[in-house]
Amino acid sequence: MSEQNQMTTRQAQLEQMVHDLLKEAKQLGASSAEAAVSSDSGLSINVRKGDVETIEHTRDQGLGITVYFDKRKGSASTSDFKPEAIKDTVRAACNIARYTNEDPYTGLADANRMATELPDLDLYHPWDITPEAAIELGITCEAAALELDNRISNTEGAGINSHSGLHVYGNSHGFIGGYPSSRHSLSCSVIGEQDGAMQRDYWYTVGRKSTELEDATAVGREAGERTLARLGSRKISTRQTPVIFRSDIAGGLLRNLVGAISGSSLYRKASFLLDHLGKPIFPDHIQIQENPLIPGGLGSASFDSEGVATYDKQIIRDGVLETYLLGSYSARKLGMQSTANAGGTHNLSITPGEHNLEGLLKEMGNGLLITEMMGQGVNMVTGDYSRGAAGFWVENGEIQFPVEEITIAGNLKQMFAQLLAVGNDEERRSNIRTGSLLIEQMTVAGD
Amino acid sequence: MSDTIEIARNTLLAPASLSEQDLDRVMDQLLTSQIDTADLYFQASRLESWVLEDGIIRDGNYNIEQGVGVRAISGEKTGFAYTDEIALPSLLEAGRTARAIARAGADGKTRLSRTTPPRQLYAPINPLETMSEEEKITLLRKLDAEARKQDPRVQQVIASLVAAHDVIMVAASDGTLSGDVRPLVRCNVHVIVEADGRREQGSSGGGARQGFQFFIDEDRALEYAREAVRQALVNLEAEAAPAGTMTVVLGSGWPGILLHEAIGHGLEGDFNRKGTSAFAGRIGEKVAASGCTVVDDGTLPGRRGSLSIDDEGTPSECTTLIEDGLLKAYMQDKHNAHLMGTHSTGNGRRESYAHLPLPRMTNTYMLPGQHDPGEIIASVKNGLYAVNFGGGQVDITSGKFVFSASEAYLIENGKVTRPVRGATLIGSGPEVLTEVSMIGNDLALDAGVGTCGKEGQSVPVGVGQPTLRIDNLTVGGTNA
Repeated sequence: MSEQNQMTTRQAQLEQMVHDLLKEAKQLGASSAEAAVSSDSGLSINVRKGDVETIEHTRDQGLGITVYFDKRKGSASTSDFKPEAIKDTVRAACNIARYTNEDPYTGLADANRMATELPDLDLYHPWDITPEAAIELGITCEAAALELDNRISNTEGAGINSHSGLHVYGNSHGFIGGYPSSRHSLSCSVIGEQDGAMQRDYWYTVGRKSTELEDATAVGREAGERTLARLGSRKISTRQTPVIFRSDIAGGLLRNLVGAISGSSLYRKASFLLDHLGKPIFPDHIQIQENPLIPGGLGSASFDSEGVATYDKQIIRDGVLETYLLGSYSARKLGMQSTANAGGTHNLSITPGEHNLEGLLKEMGNGLLITEMMGQGVNMVTGDYSRGAAGFWVENGEIQFPVEEITIAGNLKQMFAQLLAVGNDEERRSNIRTGSLLIEQMTVAGD
Repeated sequence: MSDTIEIARNTLLAPASLSEQDLDRVMDQLLTSQIDTADLYFQASRLESWVLEDGIIRDGNYNIEQGVGVRAISGEKTGFAYTDEIALPSLLEAGRTARAIARAGADGKTRLSRTTPPRQLYAPINPLETMSEEEKITLLRKLDAEARKQDPRVQQVIASLVAAHDVIMVAASDGTLSGDVRPLVRCNVHVIVEADGRREQGSSGGGARQGFQFFIDEDRALEYAREAVRQALVNLEAEAAPAGTMTVVLGSGWPGILLHEAIGHGLEGDFNRKGTSAFAGRIGEKVAASGCTVVDDGTLPGRRGSLSIDDEGTPSECTTLIEDGLLKAYMQDKHNAHLMGTHSTGNGRRESYAHLPLPRMTNTYMLPGQHDPGEIIASVKNGLYAVNFGGGQVDITSGKFVFSASEAYLIENGKVTRPVRGATLIGSGPEVLTEVSMIGNDLALDAGVGTCGKEGQSVPVGVGQPTLRIDNLTVGGTNA
């Protein structure tokens, strides 16, 4: 059987399991139910100092069921696919629902919102690479970094990951949908040493298709270059300064935006963007959108985790917040409609500006280019932001020296309002696509 | 009931009709190629959680996991496979996959012998059954009421109750055959308060390797509710935090996350074997001020970070990492210890059967010193007093670490004055403890809330410390 045929057969098996789960729930008296089943397998290999270090064969599977007894809800999940374990799991969910309270907002998403078309989004491209070939690839990748400069003194190695899986979701509205997907990556992390101080940096490439991956030598070389650039890092004094979040770490700010306009934060009043719908939160040149149906996209999906059909939407238009991101529960709590964002976003992007990173540095003049963030110091209720950082000090648009052991602080609401420019150096290795982001002013704490 | 290996065998092997001879057979198959060591890790776990929100029990979840991980090691190479089906054919298949790491060569034979852990640090109970569902729900409702009773500005209360029952069994080619039954309970209260259009949050919780009675005893859970509200109300009054390098006094207990990030990770055996840690090759050197003694102690009865045996079957230990300022030891699992010519310190841990063991911390804390906490604060002219923290992170290679304060105050002229907003603190691991100038006599451990992440694996841990004065630490506020 071809791999495609095997997947089709396997998908039919998982769909049957969803049917069985829903049937079992109904037999146990549930008024409605929803179930998800997934199955993944893969290979993770790490190579270090020119030899294989670990080979991990992964095989993960899981199923989850949520049952509703009118407005009472219970959930259970398991990795055990034996028929009796599946029955036990449904029973466990029903048992939970005996004790939860009636919640007028709970239940399946509305039936008329279920996805009716399930286009092939071109997400499944298995990579039939042997462990031997993967090891060779890793060795090539790591060698490119080690050969770069004799200041590259040590290595964490190169990693090759290839995973393929299936995900099926169904509910008692009669909706059932599933699709296979794949994800492959190659990464490298090396250590440099100068004047007795070590620095580490890394680079990686990821894609649905193995052919989308960057060349192994290029990945290794980029990891090495990044490590070398950090050697000689020092602290700077405490100051107010403009900052650029380089595109590879800038997605974190958009993730903070997503968190703040997500239904669960809003109905809990746990967001600094409460009551901001229709209001400007960015300068008027900023456009942010979600495009869930991009063929081959890392975040693509035709339905959300409740079966609701996904659709293209403008989230920020000319700086104004046009929509919250809601699943059916938070939508009902807020008296609104689901935006097909149960379970998160699918391919978020901020429209690139006209400058590349060099142009953005020129626009900033003097300031800080941030290339690494540390810690989780973000208070989503107030927007207060204070995180560890490393990067480069920039003068007259030119990088001067690497910087470490500093924090950057501000408030996300102000940072969003002070987003002066977006680079066209788009980071494409993520569900969130963004160029580098220039923020007018933040507080740097250092010496 | 106290024989954990018997419980593990009945839970993990008996349903699959697996005998110890079958395990020998799998082990023999593993060792027929050029494999130095191999192990099997069986696990069955049950996890139950309940969530209260908006005054109602909104959600509950029950999770069932089981499986077995097979690891084969040849020199520095590790092969790993796992299966969620505990049965002989699956085990043999996983074994064939894992041993492919090494080809052709020696023949090995092993006979497993039961190793009894020297002591059990927690009762082999199923914590899910230590309270009826009605009692769990009643407890959550009480927490909601207690939080709202504290202050009319409380707008939202989210309370959760989680219990995990984990039964594991380890069989290794060095003869190890051990089992453990690990209960773990956790309770958390998160509140949002609002006044004059300003909103703030507070959070408090605790846990232990015990049953749910832990939360009833000493009114612990009710105290979490009161504490969450107190923190949130303090934050309502908070001003902008200072920015820059200054004297910082860290409170006792949970602020010990400092030690976990600044010292702990950098002293894990794998990073030091590979020479990637800023602490590599520095045993015997002075890395902290005199008087600083830091241990990693997996032997504290009932604590969240404790283990009777680690995930390789080694009894946990109390390892002195730093003694009177001098670096003494790394934390080791079997693999890295073997390669470094030393012994495991009982720090081999894994998130589950589907993950490889790594050297990980258990409960990491600093021993107490001489100073009264009040005296420490009084000694500071101007600085920051930080008593509660969120998470942290470290770059073990550069040694730079962060941890984020969620409750902090200014110290002005030797007195704790105004609360300030949350801020991240950043420092250098090998240097920060050399800046410790006063150590309190008030050692406290955290309430049992810590979770540590490494290479994508999460494990429960503990931290602790006495009140500490650190002369220079960078505080990441907005007020420059």
